[in-house]
Amino acid sequence: MRVIVRHPLLRRVGEALGTLLGVAVLVFVMLRALPGDQITATLGTEAAALTERQRAALEAYYGLDQPLVVQFFSWLGNVLTGNLGLSHRSGETVLAMTAGSLPVTFELAVLSTVIGLAIGVPLAIWSASRPNSLRDASGQAVGLAGLSVPAFLLGSVMLAAAARLLGYNPNAERFATLTSDPALNLQQMLMPALVLGFGLAAPVMRTARSAILEVRSQDFVRTAHGKGVAPWLVQSRHVLRNATVPILTMTGIQFGYLLGGAVVVEQVFSVPGIGRQVLLGIEQKEYAVVQSTVLVIALCFVLVNLLTDLLYRVVDPRVRQL
Amino acid sequence: MTAEALPTAPASAAPRATRSGTVRRLLRSRSGLAGTVLTGVVVLLAVLAGLGVLGDPVAQDPAVRMQGPSGEHWFGTDQFGRDVLTRSAAGAANSLLIAVVAVAIAGLVGTAAGVLAGYHGGWTARAVLGMTNVLFAFPPLLLALALASAVSRSWLTIAVAIAIVYVPIFVRVTRGPVLSLREAEFVRAGTVLGFSTGRILLRHVLPNITAIVIVQVTLSLSWAVLTEASLSFLGLGTPPPAPSLGSMVLEARALVNIAWWTMAAPGAVIVVLVVGLNLLGDGLRDALDPKDRGA
Repeated sequence: MRVIVRHPLLRRVGEALGTLLGVAVLVFVMLRALPGDQITATLGTEAAALTERQRAALEAYYGLDQPLVVQFFSWLGNVLTGNLGLSHRSGETVLAMTAGSLPVTFELAVLSTVIGLAIGVPLAIWSASRPNSLRDASGQAVGLAGLSVPAFLLGSVMLAAAARLLGYNPNAERFATLTSDPALNLQQMLMPALVLGFGLAAPVMRTARSAILEVRSQDFVRTAHGKGVAPWLVQSRHVLRNATVPILTMTGIQFGYLLGGAVVVEQVFSVPGIGRQVLLGIEQKEYAVVQSTVLVIALCFVLVNLLTDLLYRVVDPRVRQL
Repeated sequence: MTAEALPTAPASAAPRATRSGTVRRLLRSRSGLAGTVLTGVVVLLAVLAGLGVLGDPVAQDPAVRMQGPSGEHWFGTDQFGRDVLTRSAAGAANSLLIAVVAVAIAGLVGTAAGVLAGYHGGWTARAVLGMTNVLFAFPPLLLALALASAVSRSWLTIAVAIAIVYVPIFVRVTRGPVLSLREAEFVRAGTVLGFSTGRILLRHVLPNITAIVIVQVTLSLSWAVLTEASLSFLGLGTPPPAPSLGSMVLEARALVNIAWWTMAAPGAVIVVLVVGLNLLGDGLRDALDPKDRGA
């Protein structure tokens, strides 16, 4: 029995590791596709003034004279031992930068998920209570809006509206972290979390609505109604509890998306998260920063998906049996 | 799954009748009709812009800077005196071009890979699924961003970057149905009759997954429009001065308090287009669903 339970889990973990190796190769290849190399990245246009010998010496220093496979594995070895490279501009290591920015994005993702669930699930219950009615249509319209209004537009409009109507600009003060000034931090996080949460509400609402409708059409719900269980009890104990599994899966997947998808909102609201770190890296041509940060985000994404998968197995007894 | 549960491979006369039936069903559903109209409006604007009917989107006229909506300029002018409606329409044309090319590439490559992986199994499937998993390991916008930053930017390279992000979706939606189609009786019959793999795939398997692919294409178009707009908002889309909806919203951020129309017009065009494509996708899904055909 134990072997049967453990086997698919191990396979799932192995699969995730294989995927991560593929991710590392892809990120490495993307960087190699860029015009220029570490030398031109560090020296900029001055690189053109290098003599043949200076250039050869630098290439040897950066390991660029080695075959690509060797370069890949030495880079991978560095990454695995926590050496993610450093930003030439600030002299800071990417590891330190990420240690500062990842928690910010994580906090933003958690807040957005809470908001997304708080909007999406009640909306789904409201919509599903009378399918194909005006009520359903209005609920679905909100979902459609969440799916169709781009975050950068909603964020920009909210910023403009807050400035005009309330004379308030969340970006006016330096960004405060949750530990340094929790009140200011939450105030600054409110608008970006609302924008992301609204976008998240749409898929949550769609999934929850169809899950509720699906569960409600099943025999055990009819039986519960038939034997006279109070409607609110049927709704909470029988319908919602069973609809939790797809909602949970959807939320897990979306949480992973948020880690990378937050880039737009972080840019609009000047939130120093991990997405903005990638963007600044691209703007300042700090390729080591871009490469390592993208790798870290992909790692988080794969881990979140793996956790969702495992959680799904814990919550749904039918999957646990397999 | 039995052959009865699936629409059978169409005979030569059947497709036309089915197709007009699909359009009729699409236009009869509320979301299908609304989606067709909304998408149609933006496509019309884009075509007019493409034909040059609306004027030059980059022509500057300092005399009419930052003018509000008027009979001359329906959606006002921007800080260089350029017509906002003309620019929004040209931006829509640009967005649509990139989105259509991106989805066409993703649809062709993804469907081909998905069909092969589903039909052949074995190493082909393992290689395709491995690559799919790797591409799925990146949040979509981040992958598009990283790819766009790695190339010299033109509308085509942006389209290819977006296409790479959406290939795995087409692999995933086509592979499953092909797996079950492989076991369907009419496909097995084809194998027994000695048809070539190419003939079976093109004549018997592909026609049975077109509905799924068409719905996915429509929904992917809406995501591609959003992705393109987000990339250009982040400064990684089509380079200026070519108008792009995302970069127009970005520029408008500095002006919105004194000239709201500079953000309203491009914003409205994006939302109308994406809402339209989403509704069209939903409508098509219902219209193409064989379960509803009797109704």
